[in-house]
Amino acid sequence: MGDWVDVCALDEIEEEDVIRFDHGGRTFAIYRDMEDGVWCTDGLCTHEQVHLADGLVMDDTIECPKHNGRFNYKTGAALRSPVCVALATYPARVEGGRVKVQV
Amino acid sequence: MALAEITRTPRDYSLTGPEARHAVEAGLASAEWYHSDVPRKVMKDLMRRTDGPAIRDTAIWIGLLILCAGGGIATWGTWWTVPFWAVYGVLYGSACDSRWHECGHGTAFRTIWMNDAVYALASFMVMRNPVSWRWSHARHHTDTIIVGRDPEIAVMRPPDLARKALAFIGIPDVFQHFAILARNAMGRFGPAERDYIPEAELPKAVAWARAFVAIHVLAVALALATWSLLPLMLIGGPRIYGTWHMVLTGLLQHGGLAEDVLDHRLNSRTVLMNPVSRWIYWNMNYHVEHHMFPMVPYHALPKLHALIRDDLPAANTSILDGYREMIGAMLRQRREPGYYLRKELPPSARPYRAEFHALDNERH
Repeated sequence: MGDWVDVCALDEIEEEDVIRFDHGGRTFAIYRDMEDGVWCTDGLCTHEQVHLADGLVMDDTIECPKHNGRFNYKTGAALRSPVCVALATYPARVEGGRVKVQV
Repeated sequence: MALAEITRTPRDYSLTGPEARHAVEAGLASAEWYHSDVPRKVMKDLMRRTDGPAIRDTAIWIGLLILCAGGGIATWGTWWTVPFWAVYGVLYGSACDSRWHECGHGTAFRTIWMNDAVYALASFMVMRNPVSWRWSHARHHTDTIIVGRDPEIAVMRPPDLARKALAFIGIPDVFQHFAILARNAMGRFGPAERDYIPEAELPKAVAWARAFVAIHVLAVALALATWSLLPLMLIGGPRIYGTWHMVLTGLLQHGGLAEDVLDHRLNSRTVLMNPVSRWIYWNMNYHVEHHMFPMVPYHALPKLHALIRDDLPAANTSILDGYREMIGAMLRQRREPGYYLRKELPPSARPYRAEFHALDNERH
């Protein structure tokens, strides 16, 4: 596992939304759910390498903005074609009002 | 092959030929496309899913289909039957396309099974394999009107106008579609299909094709057994006698416009239409907007259009206006396959990846 990395203040991510986070030459998507839980996945869709941060968060799912494929952002599971390959997920937590991810 | 040679010879629209390799080499495949600026907060509102509008529209759609079928059967053998079938035909043979499209994107309903159920029904009506076409349409959105990559280019250059005219009565479209379904039902897929359908999805495609073919064969058998056209008026036939509106609106989407550009403002057409056509077409007349932001549901497209229209070419003002523009370009393309209609952007708009537009100009 990598180091815990500071991403942003929790209130910089809206409830039921996602932001893009670039770190170490890689890109991630950081999610905030309706209960202030935070989650982290790879930032690019496994289908066509589109940034998921431009997509739509609904309940536990993120929908890719290009082809409407869906993932469960908490487990990374691919839920709806055209995505077939799951997303990698990473530990995320809130500490002192800051979002941190282990990548 | 040198670029100039490629652009001056007739184009190869297959997905496995030299144009496909050229598109990849030129950076046209899976590329980044232009997007108008829309604040994230506003876009989230536009993308928001709800079941309400699509449940209402689907209830009206199914209700009218049942009503018209009932009226058509009750008046069969009299002239009174004609208006019932005229309406039933369009609801079945044309409205199916927009329902197939929106539910394929998964944007019509918030609830997944509702999208999937209407998608399956509409796929049957439009005679498209629901698995194959989901992948084909994903490719159409990745590589919109990129020659050698997009499997859904409806108007290839030079355009065959007679064939396009026949498409208004489903010829040869409906027979080709059925032949593909029959081929898929036997487990056979062409090289283009194998190019965009993952191997693991093929068994599902076979199962759906078998079901669709079986229902159509039953309808034909029933027609023969009863020696009546009625079963075919209800099933399959509307894809011939009611498909005209689908073709009327569908050709306008990209016809006569640029190929091989990475900007939907230049290869797609937004046409303002009457409310009835917009309902049948589920607002796909806002086609630039749909391609730029495919996550926005059909019922939010007018709002999106109002928001970004200053960054888009002026919309065509009617179906007639769109056809005047498109037919003029298609007539010229018969003699000059390299010609296309260059949509003018507003002065404030930034051209995107201009080198590809210049490349397309070489085909003049």
